Amino acid sequence: MSDQDLLTTPLDSLHRELGAKMVPFAGYAMPVQYPAGILKEHLHTRAGASLFDVSHMGQGFLIGEHAIEAFETLVPGDYQAMSEGKTRYTVLLNEQGGIMDDLMATRIAGGLYLVVNAACKDQDFAHIEAGTKGKADLQILTDRALLALQGPKAGDVLAKLAPETAEMKFMNFREVEIGGINCFVTRSGYTGEDGFEISVPADQAETFARLLLDQPDVEPAGLGSRDSLRLEAGLCLYGHDITTETTPVEGDIKWVVNKRRREEGGFPGADVILDQLENGTERLRVGILPEGRAPAREGSEIQDLDGNTIGTVTSGGFGPSVGGPVAMGYVKTAFAAEDTAVNLIVRGKPLAAKVVKMPFTSKSYKT
Amino acid sequence: MSIKFTNDHEWISIDGDVATVGVTAYALEQLGDLVFVEVPEAGRTVAKGDEAAVVESVKAASEVYAPVSGEVVEGNAAIADDPAAVSGDPAAGGWFFKIKLSDTSELDGLMDEDAYKAYVDGLD
Repeated sequence: MSDQDLLTTPLDSLHRELGAKMVPFAGYAMPVQYPAGILKEHLHTRAGASLFDVSHMGQGFLIGEHAIEAFETLVPGDYQAMSEGKTRYTVLLNEQGGIMDDLMATRIAGGLYLVVNAACKDQDFAHIEAGTKGKADLQILTDRALLALQGPKAGDVLAKLAPETAEMKFMNFREVEIGGINCFVTRSGYTGEDGFEISVPADQAETFARLLLDQPDVEPAGLGSRDSLRLEAGLCLYGHDITTETTPVEGDIKWVVNKRRREEGGFPGADVILDQLENGTERLRVGILPEGRAPAREGSEIQDLDGNTIGTVTSGGFGPSVGGPVAMGYVKTAFAAEDTAVNLIVRGKPLAAKVVKMPFTSKSYKT
Repeated sequence: MSIKFTNDHEWISIDGDVATVGVTAYALEQLGDLVFVEVPEAGRTVAKGDEAAVVESVKAASEVYAPVSGEVVEGNAAIADDPAAVSGDPAAGGWFFKIKLSDTSELDGLMDEDAYKAYVDGLD
């Protein structure tokens, strides 16, 4: 795909003005980093507050009297038990229990507000529309941008502009006016830090972004640091750490199968997933800490100490806050216990590593 | 002492039959913050085009190829210890490895500074 074919977000000209390095991602021209660079952007997010443009992600409303029940036929989450203004992470499942995408779904008046991954959004929305046909209406929001304000100072920054956000807790949603702009604010994110994802009308996105960037402590950050931040936080990247070939149980996100759903089933692949919850799986996603300084990237083979293949790295790189390499991947369940010694094959050579608990850095959500 | 350049964005500083090899400022700019460097051990024989060193940024790993054939005289331990010390400036000490040339005629195919500048300008 040539650069001319790429879609742009409403903040495209702002990114270029800020000196961003733009790269193609999921069909969009997106900022991978600004002049500060990935390391500084990462560390600033853990110390101050960073503004990320995630407008490439898909947003939609699923509205209708039976929207909740209809949505529950596609996901393993319990949305009936939630009150309005609460957000829950969930996954779209296929009939084999494989994960078609991960997403955020918020209870709003009359239904749900959905945020899905950019690379999957067309197929997700088609799947949701087909799966809820006759029971709910899907309205895809193509006229809204999405920004993420992330970091320990994000709460103070936003409270200054919109005092009512101060009382929001992790995974709470509110519709608020900020600087006269209609905002859907969710206290959530993808960095392991406190923060917000904020949906604004596309034609006011640049004004809103400039308002945030004008606040002391706020710096722009790109997709590069977003990836290193989420990796340190142990969060899955769809298409890499979880895919249609992995179930929530194998992916070690079995908590997405809420209690009532575990008892009742009624979601795609329930037979597979409920069996795995009962009897375990042959492989599991785990955190892996290489002992040396060389990062092990996605696709690196994982071996036991006798040289047998036991799995594959699905995300790996350098963790700026850890100060060294970090990775996650799938291993045979017998090797998934914490502190298990393994080797990662990098450039043909075994690198000593061990299985560790994630996150690699402590999370600081507002609970 | 003369400085030559390759299409793979390496600089080669030549002193007699020893070539000191580094990565150009242009390449370093493309890579971003470096987090890991691996340099070859002294005594290793490399052919032109072989992978000789590794340089990794937060995002990705890249190879540094041997721009000329010969025997590695020294790998730069200073940059392996501190990747931030890698430099695009041949005078700054942030080189990767030194090679004792086995075939000095290989130098003839390399670019001089003006040619490399024109090559990089053509990439943007």
